[in-house]
Amino acid sequence: MLTKRIIACMDVRDGQVVKGVQFQQLRHAGDPAELAARYNVEGIDEVVILDITATLESRQALADTISAVAHRIFLPLTVGGGIRSEDDAAAAVDAGADKVSLNTAALKDPALITTLARRYGSQAVIVAIDAKRRGDGFAVYVRSGTSDAARDAVEWAREAESRGAGEILLTSMDRDGTRSGFDCEMTAAVANAVNIPVIASGGAGGLEHFCDVFTRGHADAALAASIFHYADTSVSELKRYLRDKGIPMRL
Amino acid sequence: MIALIDYGAGNLTSVRKALTALGAEYATPASPDELARFSALIVPGVGHFAATSALVGPWRDTIGAAVRAGTPLLGICLGMQWLFEGSDEAPDVPGLGVLPGRVTRLRGNAEERLKIPHVGWNALDFRGTARILAGLEPHAHVYFTHSFAAPVTADCVAATSHAETFAAVVERGNVFGVQFHPEKSSEAGLRIMRNFLEVARGSSAEARSAEAEC
Repeated sequence: MLTKRIIACMDVRDGQVVKGVQFQQLRHAGDPAELAARYNVEGIDEVVILDITATLESRQALADTISAVAHRIFLPLTVGGGIRSEDDAAAAVDAGADKVSLNTAALKDPALITTLARRYGSQAVIVAIDAKRRGDGFAVYVRSGTSDAARDAVEWAREAESRGAGEILLTSMDRDGTRSGFDCEMTAAVANAVNIPVIASGGAGGLEHFCDVFTRGHADAALAASIFHYADTSVSELKRYLRDKGIPMRL
Repeated sequence: MIALIDYGAGNLTSVRKALTALGAEYATPASPDELARFSALIVPGVGHFAATSALVGPWRDTIGAAVRAGTPLLGICLGMQWLFEGSDEAPDVPGLGVLPGRVTRLRGNAEERLKIPHVGWNALDFRGTARILAGLEPHAHVYFTHSFAAPVTADCVAATSHAETFAAVVERGNVFGVQFHPEKSSEAGLRIMRNFLEVARGSSAEARSAEAEC
């Protein structure tokens, strides 16, 4: 049986993980390759590197980070943040990324999804959607959540699928950073509208939140960043909890 | 020395990194004429079966001859599908045809939310013993990402289920294939690649001793 995936996201700036690591007890807590190696031992299913600066100057640092992580762990590796062109995607893939995650660039130029799907296959193209509730719908935002894209998340997810996206990474801006749980209604609305896997993100705080998003939210995978950096929620503990709740897990 | 066949189907970086981590010596031959100097072949690949049309002709003939002569071959994902007679994904493109059967599209099951493509970690259901699976725990999980799959035939040594049961691992003589990505399947995947490298080493040692006897 296909298991539900637990994905760790590392926000990276200038080659260092920048979120929540100050509470880490690892000696090289800020080093992405070290952190990824720990996650691998704990049984993480995938790793996402999110370049949160995404400036021209940080490009080489990002490539070095991708390469360092890809040398340490043999797991699916996604790179996102500032992938604006085919060249940006190619640089990430050449450095060792298996998938690239498009956000603002995909909305600005949806043909980029198709271009990359033709070049690398749909499995390599994730469309990331940042959305918040508005009325009965879910409004999409771009530019790291600062700009209203005037699109509905369900409708945009459908279009992304039709253009060749292999997965949707759906982040609830309402829940992001709140640790109050994933937005299960929004996740279910998108997951029920597309035939490609949906990764839920934003709001992970406790073990039960993951259970909720896999059951009520119909998510295929769940992503979290800071909670895995803290010693109190280990990936292995989370996966054992979910397995005991009857959710298929790789252990 | 392992030949990593690059026919433009997807990125080989991760396969290269895994081979390097396992201490394997490998190279990417530029033409089929170079294949004779390699002791084993890996045919990787992701994407559309039509991409294997780049192998039709001299590559297919030379790889076929090498396999018939006993050279170990590991096909990964699309590379495994190519070992069969053909695929419904590109009906006009012939496979290598060293394994009987035809690759078909997975159907999925919308009611049970079994989506296509089949993406993620799924379990291996062993069918008898196999050199390629040595040392693996029964029901080990490996990472899949595909929409087409090969049927369960006599050559299938591990099957996986996703609305239907398909061949996840095949082994016939020195021909091996895995539908999943061992280079992305953590320790279980590396173990499978190491098992193939063992077969490749044994095979080249045999070849050397045969030459010495002549």
